[in-house]
Amino acid sequence: MTIHDIKELLDARVCCGEEILNRSILSACASDMMSDVLAFAKNQAILVTGLMNPQVIRTAEMMDMKCIVFVRSKMPSDEMVNLAESCSIVLLSTDMLMFETCGVLFTKGLIGKGDTQ
Amino acid sequence: MSEELKFTYNVDGEDFNSAGQASVSVKKNLRQLGIDPEIIRKVSIAMYEGEINMVIHAHGGTADVFVDDEKIGIVLSDKGPGIADISKAMQEGYSTATDTVRALGFGAGMGLPNMKRYTDYMNIESQIGEGTTITMHVKYQ
Repeated sequence: MTIHDIKELLDARVCCGEEILNRSILSACASDMMSDVLAFAKNQAILVTGLMNPQVIRTAEMMDMKCIVFVRSKMPSDEMVNLAESCSIVLLSTDMLMFETCGVLFTKGLIGKGDTQ
Repeated sequence: MSEELKFTYNVDGEDFNSAGQASVSVKKNLRQLGIDPEIIRKVSIAMYEGEINMVIHAHGGTADVFVDDEKIGIVLSDKGPGIADISKAMQEGYSTATDTVRALGFGAGMGLPNMKRYTDYMNIESQIGEGTTITMHVKYQ
């Protein structure tokens, strides 16, 4: 599945990274607690979250993630978009809730385990 | 590389939004040195957690990163309040962070345990009222 497929499935807006939507994605994790993402995520390429601050982008960067999906119609600030652009992370925003978003992605084949596990 | 390389960063304790900048720089520097991506990931995560801790608890500090033939060393030093009970602080879920910090996605009591999880060696020296120094090593093998 590509990030473009995910955008279509979630009817999401692209906040940045339009030119790299062809990246391939196999796995995802979802949390509003960045400490848990840092503790438990391993090689997951997408972070699904409703948390909105620049540390979300930095956490994704530290974990080598390719894309962040913001749920509940939340839109990232300019500062967050600039940070994401600087480390080539795609930002998507969907009107779906966290549960719904995870359900759609899981049903369509994304797994919870990391790409290389 | 035959000689040890050292990078030093100041961690600004005034602005939560800017926390993590030193870790981002370390990641870039290690990439340029051609270090294994998995090693870089471990170092980045451990240092990022440490940086967040310094901003949340200690009003910032300094971070030194050493690179030699066997390992990458990280030394985080602050002049914050110190850790009252290190063994408690090492327990997953134990945290003294405020609700404000939790609302920002941190303070779940995973910081120090995460730093230990991603490193091969970790030592904490802390004096109440004087500060804390955390030394971590990530070995190449």
